[in-house]
Amino acid sequence: MSKRLIDLQHITKSFDGQMVLDDLNLYIRENEFLTLLGPSGCGKTTTLRIIGGFETPDEGTVIFDGKDITKLAPNERQLNTVFQKYALFPHMSIAENIAFGLKIRKKSKAYIEDKIKYALKLVNLDGFEKRSINSLSGGQQQRIAIARAIVNEPKVLLLDEPLGALDLKLRQDMQYELIRLKNELGITFVYVTHDQEEALTMSDTIVVMNQGYIQQVGTPQDIYNEPINAFVADFIGESNIINGTMIEDRLVKILDVKFPCVDEGFGTNTPVDVVIRPEDVVLVSPEQGMLEGDVTSLIFKGVHWEIEVLANGYEWLVQTTQMHPVGSHVGILVDPFNIQIMNKPESNDEKAVESDA
Amino acid sequence: MVRKSAERIYLFLIFLFLYLPIVVLIVLSFNNSKSKVHWGGFTLNWYKRLFSSSSIMEAFYTTIFITLASALIATLLGTLAALGIDAMKKRGQAVMLGATNIPLLNADIVTGISMMLLFVRFTRLGMNTVLIAHITFNIPYVILNVLPKLKQSSRTTYEAALDLGATPLYAFSKIIWPQILPGVLSGFLMSMTMSLDDFSVTYFTKGTGINTLSTMIYTEMRKGIRPEMYALSTILFLIALILLLFLNYGKTAHKEPHH
Repeated sequence: MSKRLIDLQHITKSFDGQMVLDDLNLYIRENEFLTLLGPSGCGKTTTLRIIGGFETPDEGTVIFDGKDITKLAPNERQLNTVFQKYALFPHMSIAENIAFGLKIRKKSKAYIEDKIKYALKLVNLDGFEKRSINSLSGGQQQRIAIARAIVNEPKVLLLDEPLGALDLKLRQDMQYELIRLKNELGITFVYVTHDQEEALTMSDTIVVMNQGYIQQVGTPQDIYNEPINAFVADFIGESNIINGTMIEDRLVKILDVKFPCVDEGFGTNTPVDVVIRPEDVVLVSPEQGMLEGDVTSLIFKGVHWEIEVLANGYEWLVQTTQMHPVGSHVGILVDPFNIQIMNKPESNDEKAVESDA
Repeated sequence: MVRKSAERIYLFLIFLFLYLPIVVLIVLSFNNSKSKVHWGGFTLNWYKRLFSSSSIMEAFYTTIFITLASALIATLLGTLAALGIDAMKKRGQAVMLGATNIPLLNADIVTGISMMLLFVRFTRLGMNTVLIAHITFNIPYVILNVLPKLKQSSRTTYEAALDLGATPLYAFSKIIWPQILPGVLSGFLMSMTMSLDDFSVTYFTKGTGINTLSTMIYTEMRKGIRPEMYALSTILFLIALILLLFLNYGKTAHKEPHH
């Protein structure tokens, strides 16, 4: 495992008496693609701005490469930021924009010219040196913003929802570009987004945040397959979150039916939340199912059908490649391995978002 | 057809009423007769007399000085004020903008009298008091010109400069300043126009010793109408017109995206 490059210790921050971050602890490893993921107002951007030096935490310490940089000004930190709205300098050409940081570091003219060429090539905009910012599309502007940041060879690149203003297709292309860039540059990326798909696609590590608290830290697979609470399960993709009772190890009762599962250590007769992903619900003939229900809605989504099944008083969300017409009577089957047990939320920030039923 | 010619006539009438008085004034300034109705042939006589009158030339120099000095100082103070207001929170901004707008809407004569009352309490009226008064009423115009430019140049460009290693001062001079410069310039030109135009405030704050062109014209006119004053008014109008052209040129030049 590579070493810890950034260490946030006991960070607390509030604005106008409103607590934004409460005793946040997080470390970021060298060469990691780490994503801070959460809904707006969860504190992810504030965390990034604290790392960048644009906000000073009320309490806590920021360690960078072994040194305390909590009070260091942004211009003295060895990291660069790609801002949400690009923040390019409109009165400068593209080359001047990219050269800005290098000129401050008093690099030679030849060095700067080489770097501009290299950076433009890296972001697939060769030959754009003389163009003005106004003549670029949103996607191109974002690439220039990335080029302007990386020519300074920062140890860490901070990205604040850099794809937020782009349309869907461009956003997907840029995701692959960012992964490629990260691999070519071999530097640490700290990425902020509210888009779970973006986070799953690009990250080595995802940090899910809500209401100023870190909910879960893990690989995309961990976060998706084993969400730690209802908030994470609900925020990362669609899911069925059902009240259940853990009867004993490896046996859970959901909607009055006992399901074998693989989780242990929740005690006996403990109320729990049960997460089952829509693609893990298998529809079979009624007599084969563990419970029976009726199809209430059917929507074609391209790669799969999205079906709602009313069974034992719960609307199950199901994604399957097999069509079941509305009104048909079906059985529901779930593999024990696909049942994820979670403790009941202990505080508001751990609950699923209410409007997403 | 009828509609189109009606539109043209209407437009012509509007411009006629707007500009005819000024045209009459300009024509009369070249009239070789003291009459207001008879054309006595073309002459530059009134302009010659104007420039040979020491009191008028003194008023001219005073006007130039007041206009330039007040516009310069107001631009400096107004720009700093705009920077301060921009850094405030929303509530503070609203309060400050309200406070700067009130003098803008206040009747000039009220501003003039109240400043005079304030000044006589502390000092003698003269060049200094006129200058201070002009700076005061010019500052809001500068703020109103600079603030929108600051809002356009999003704060993130400043943060981006810091992020790339710039000190706050360097970031300001390389990033913020070039972006607000058009606003600063138009604030400066507008201040000059306002200062040049002003009569009421100057009249109440100048005391007895000095005159600007506008107060000069007023005092002279009270003695009886002399055609030199037509010439002087024409010159004043032309200066204002030139400033206005600069102002408009600056605005359109900035709006066009450069490729």
